[in-house]
Amino acid sequence: MNLLAQYNYWVVIILMMLGFYIVISHGNLVKKLMGLGIFQTSVFILYISMGNVEGATAPILAEGYQSFSSPLPHVLILTAIVVGIATTAVGLALVMRIREAYGTVEEDEIQTIDNAASVTQAEVVPLEPHPVAEDEPKRKVGNKDS
Amino acid sequence: MIEFVINVVLLSFLVLLALTIARTKDLLSSVMLCGLYSLVSAVFFVTMDAVDVAFTEAAVGAGISSLLMLAAMMVTSRYEKANSIQPKAALVVVFLTGVLLFYGLIDMPMFGDPNTPVQQQVSSHYIEESMEEIGIPNMVTSVLASYRSYDTFGETVVIFTAGIGVLALLGGRGAGIRKPSSPAASRSAFPDHLILRVISKLLIPPIMLFALYVQFHGDYGPGGGFQAGVIFAAAIALYAMVFGFERARKRFPLPVIRFVSAVGVLLYGSVGMVSILNGHAFLDYHALSANALSGQHLGIFLVELGVGITVTSVMILLFFTFSERAMQSGGQE
Repeated sequence: MNLLAQYNYWVVIILMMLGFYIVISHGNLVKKLMGLGIFQTSVFILYISMGNVEGATAPILAEGYQSFSSPLPHVLILTAIVVGIATTAVGLALVMRIREAYGTVEEDEIQTIDNAASVTQAEVVPLEPHPVAEDEPKRKVGNKDS
Repeated sequence: MIEFVINVVLLSFLVLLALTIARTKDLLSSVMLCGLYSLVSAVFFVTMDAVDVAFTEAAVGAGISSLLMLAAMMVTSRYEKANSIQPKAALVVVFLTGVLLFYGLIDMPMFGDPNTPVQQQVSSHYIEESMEEIGIPNMVTSVLASYRSYDTFGETVVIFTAGIGVLALLGGRGAGIRKPSSPAASRSAFPDHLILRVISKLLIPPIMLFALYVQFHGDYGPGGGFQAGVIFAAAIALYAMVFGFERARKRFPLPVIRFVSAVGVLLYGSVGMVSILNGHAFLDYHALSANALSGQHLGIFLVELGVGITVTSVMILLFFTFSERAMQSGGQE
C-alpha cells in the first residue's frame, strides 16, 4: 500500500523520463518539442498531486465544505500552462525558420549541412561575400557562424 | 477508494499515451495523441480538485497547442526520418536519471496527506484568511490576482514577449516563398462543407459568450483571464479555419491585434502605477478604493481583464502568424 500511495509520483517520474527520452533520442525537432510538452505536463502533475488533500474539495469557498486542497500549486501551474504554450510557440517558430533555412528539421541533416558550410568557409575564404542563390532557400547557410 | 481507482486508471492511460507518442513515426498522429494526452491530464486535474488548472489545460493543450503543432507540421514534414532515433545512449541516460529520481521519491510526503509542507506554509493562510482579506470565494483567483499579482504580471509579460518573439521570427515576409495566397485561402475555407459552416456559425457565438462568462465569473467559480483568453482565441481560430483566413484577417486585422496585445499588459501595469502614485506599493489594491474589499474587487477585475486581453490577442496572433506561414510554404509540397 505504501508503494501504491505514491502512485502519482511514480507516474510523474515515468512520464518525465518518457518526455526526456523523446527529447534526446528523436532527431526531428517538432517531435522534440512534443517530448518537451510531455516532460512539462509531468511537472504539472507533480505540483497538483502535492497540493491534493485526502477528502478535500476544490479551493472555492462554498457552504458545507471545510477542507480544501492547496490553491497555491494551482495558481503556479495555471500560469505555467499558458506560459508553456507561449514558449512552445516560440520553439515551433524557430523550427519553421530552420526548415526554411536548411530545408530539413532532422537534427543530423542540419549538422551535416552546418559542417559542410564551415569546411568550405575555412578552405575557400572568399574576400567578397559569395553570391547566395536567391531562388534556393536551402543553401542559405552563408551567414551561419560556426 | 473509487477516486483512487479513477486516479490510477487516468495516470496509466497517460503513460500509455506517452509511450505511443514516443514510438510512432507519424507526426500527425503524434499531434493528435498529444491533444488526447492533454485532455486526459485535464480530467486528471479535475479529480485532483484543480478545476482552474483543468480548465486551462483543456483549452490550451487540447485546443491551441494542437493547432500550432499542426501548422508547424504542415511546414516541415508529416513523417519522421526512418533512422533518426538513437535509442541506446538515450536509454542509458534516461534509465540512470529515472533511478536517481526514484531514489529521491523516498523522501516525498505521502500523497493526500494534509500535514505536508505544501499545506503548512502560506496555503493555510490563503484558505483561512482569503475570504476576509480579499472577499471572493475562488481562492485561486485571490492568490493569482491579488496575493501573487507580481508573479502574474511577470507571466503576462512573458506571454506578450513570446508573441513579439514569434512575430520577429515569422512575422516578416518569407524569403522568396511567398505566393499569391488565394488558392491556399480558399482551400481552407471549406466551401462545400455546408454542415461544418452552419454548425460553426451556431457554435462560435456561444463559445465567445462562454469566454466572457469565464472571464467575469472567475471570482466565484473556476475561470479567469488566462482561460477566457484562450477560449476566446479558440472561437476566432475556428472562424478562421471554417470561413477562410482572408475573411478572418479582414474581421480581425493584424495591426489591431498587435496593438491590443500591448494594451492588456499596459492595463495591468497601470493598475500598479495607480497604486504607486497614490502612495501605496506596486499593485496594492487598497489604493483603488477607500473600502479595502471593493478596492480588491476592482483591482482583481482590472488585472484579470488585462490578462484576458493580452492572452486573447497573443493567441490569435500566434495562430494567424503560424497558419499564414504554413500556407505560404505548405503550398509547395
